[in-house]
Amino acid sequence: MTKQFALGIFEDEDVLLHAVENVRAAGVKIHDVFSPYPVHGIDDALGIERSRLPIAAFFFGMTGLAFSLWLQIYMLGFDWPMIIGGKPHISLPAFVPVSFELTVFFTCHGMAITFFIISGLYPRFKVPVMDVRATDDKFVMAIELDETSSQLPRLTQLLRENGASEVNQKEMTQN
Amino acid sequence: MQHVSSVREPLVTGGKTLHDVTQDICYQVEAKPNLRWMAALSVALFFLGIFFYSVYRTVWYGIGEWGLNKTVNWAWDITNFVWWVGIGHAGTLISAVLLLFRQKWRSSINRAAEAMTIFAVICAAMFPVLHMGRPWLAFYVFPFQNTLGSLWANFNSPLLWDVFAISTYFTVSLVFWYIGLIPDFASIRDRAKGTIAKFSYSMLSFGWKGSAKAWSRYETVSLILAGVSTPLVLSVHTIVSMDFATSIVPGWHTTIFPPYFVAGAIFSGFAMVLTLMLITRVVFRLEDYITLEHIALMNKIMMVTGSIVGVAYITEFFIAWYSQVEFEQYAFINRATGPYWWAYAAMMTCNVITPQLVWFRRVRYSIPLTFVLSIIVNIGMWFERFVIIVTSLHRDYLPSSWAMFSPSIIDIGLYVGTLGLFFTLFLLFAKFFPVINMAEVKAILKYTVDSGPTYNPDKAHATPAAQPVIHGVPASAPVNYNKHD
Repeated sequence: MTKQFALGIFEDEDVLLHAVENVRAAGVKIHDVFSPYPVHGIDDALGIERSRLPIAAFFFGMTGLAFSLWLQIYMLGFDWPMIIGGKPHISLPAFVPVSFELTVFFTCHGMAITFFIISGLYPRFKVPVMDVRATDDKFVMAIELDETSSQLPRLTQLLRENGASEVNQKEMTQN
Repeated sequence: MQHVSSVREPLVTGGKTLHDVTQDICYQVEAKPNLRWMAALSVALFFLGIFFYSVYRTVWYGIGEWGLNKTVNWAWDITNFVWWVGIGHAGTLISAVLLLFRQKWRSSINRAAEAMTIFAVICAAMFPVLHMGRPWLAFYVFPFQNTLGSLWANFNSPLLWDVFAISTYFTVSLVFWYIGLIPDFASIRDRAKGTIAKFSYSMLSFGWKGSAKAWSRYETVSLILAGVSTPLVLSVHTIVSMDFATSIVPGWHTTIFPPYFVAGAIFSGFAMVLTLMLITRVVFRLEDYITLEHIALMNKIMMVTGSIVGVAYITEFFIAWYSQVEFEQYAFINRATGPYWWAYAAMMTCNVITPQLVWFRRVRYSIPLTFVLSIIVNIGMWFERFVIIVTSLHRDYLPSSWAMFSPSIIDIGLYVGTLGLFFTLFLLFAKFFPVINMAEVKAILKYTVDSGPTYNPDKAHATPAAQPVIHGVPASAPVNYNKHD
């Protein structure tokens, strides 16, 4: 399905931030903003909720800790108990390093995989982008248009007033 | 939000615009390889050849190819392992610890430093794996059931802790590095003209578009990865030091080892980062991104960690005397005055005296002097590990089995071979990947350009000056911003 977008191109992050606020205040829904680097304050301006990834990270870490403790206690304590250096079979102080490492391992990889999945990042042959300059030096505000693109003149004016250096129309295939 | 300092030096010089950053850093990826790069690669490949030959000899004929004997049964292999792991630590320190401390200057160097971490850990891993003698059975180090029964790995052994530490460290560093690379791959992808380049960088960029939500998550992920990498990097060298510290060999059996090794690791790592950066900035013309200020700051970290190492050397001696343990005292007297006195002298000169020269501003800001210093520190840190390992082993409790160690040609080949492996990987990285984190440099650019928060090419070389506070203007507005122009 193809959709029409109005693209406001901005040269500066601060101009963009004000524009985002004003465009939203004018009652226009912003589809997305593309920038070459993270713009601080844009989450609030766009109303993006705080990511819950840290919570996920905590649970991945706990999983890793539980798994590593089970691994070591089961293997050395129950499955094949051995006396090593005259210490008890389950000598927790000696299990600290491996438990720590596996906690970090699970946190990092679990969170990275979650990040890739929820952000829809995976290797692909072709990447359709709104404007190629968005990864170079321009800040691109995309606003979805209806089938007839009737709001375009009004949006163009609104974006121009708020500091957009150019306003383009772009057709994108959305899946 | 905005801050123009009249005191601090700008992080990026030359009045760069956002587009200039993309242009300058993508240039070496897009241009044909230059002659200096090809010359360097051929040298690295020659040493890589030496590495493969030495590996072939080690695997085909066995560990007997090395200079080890019954007394000194751990020498160059473990020295090189610790040396390489230590070098890797600076990369994580720059990418994680300096991120948590909000040191913005890290942005220009973190990419290359993280790459260095990964390649250094690859080189380090070669030694314990080859020392196994049968590297194809290396998977036995993981909790994998013995083929004859259900005998598991020994979780009480520091060598096993090492396995977990190094593999976690390697994979976490790789993920951290790759997530940082994704937005920059997207920049290259969007500029690529050739079909192969477009295809490869599309695959590598994972479909990154730079949307606000993705950036927000990206920043969260970076912060958490930095948070877990910081204790991780400390734990890795702590565990490496426990390979020695948990034994009862005099000279190894000390509680000072973990902090002492971590400081030493950062010390040698920063020396290696300096060596690499001083070459990279010249070869790829990145003087505006890796400025003298960066070099001076890295020199300062080297000085601090080097001084910690110096204090640790002296503390070890003091504790040996204070403990009144005869064997411990002998181990240290033998280190300084025994047959390996020259190694000890090299270590003390390179690691204790050299970093103190950095107190002089002239040394800190001098490129040739810094380069020489960084090489000397690398040599010194190699000797440190050699001294700790070989001098402690060669004369232990039983004088009848005292022995000396001399490396075989294969030992030397493996060591210089891993240098070849390291530089081959680094040169390939520098050619095909963006050596500087473009996205992060762009993010700090606005607040560091000479002319102030708005980048105006006409004023590019003006001296940074305090900007007047304009009341009634939102803090996020640029100082010279006028809605109507």
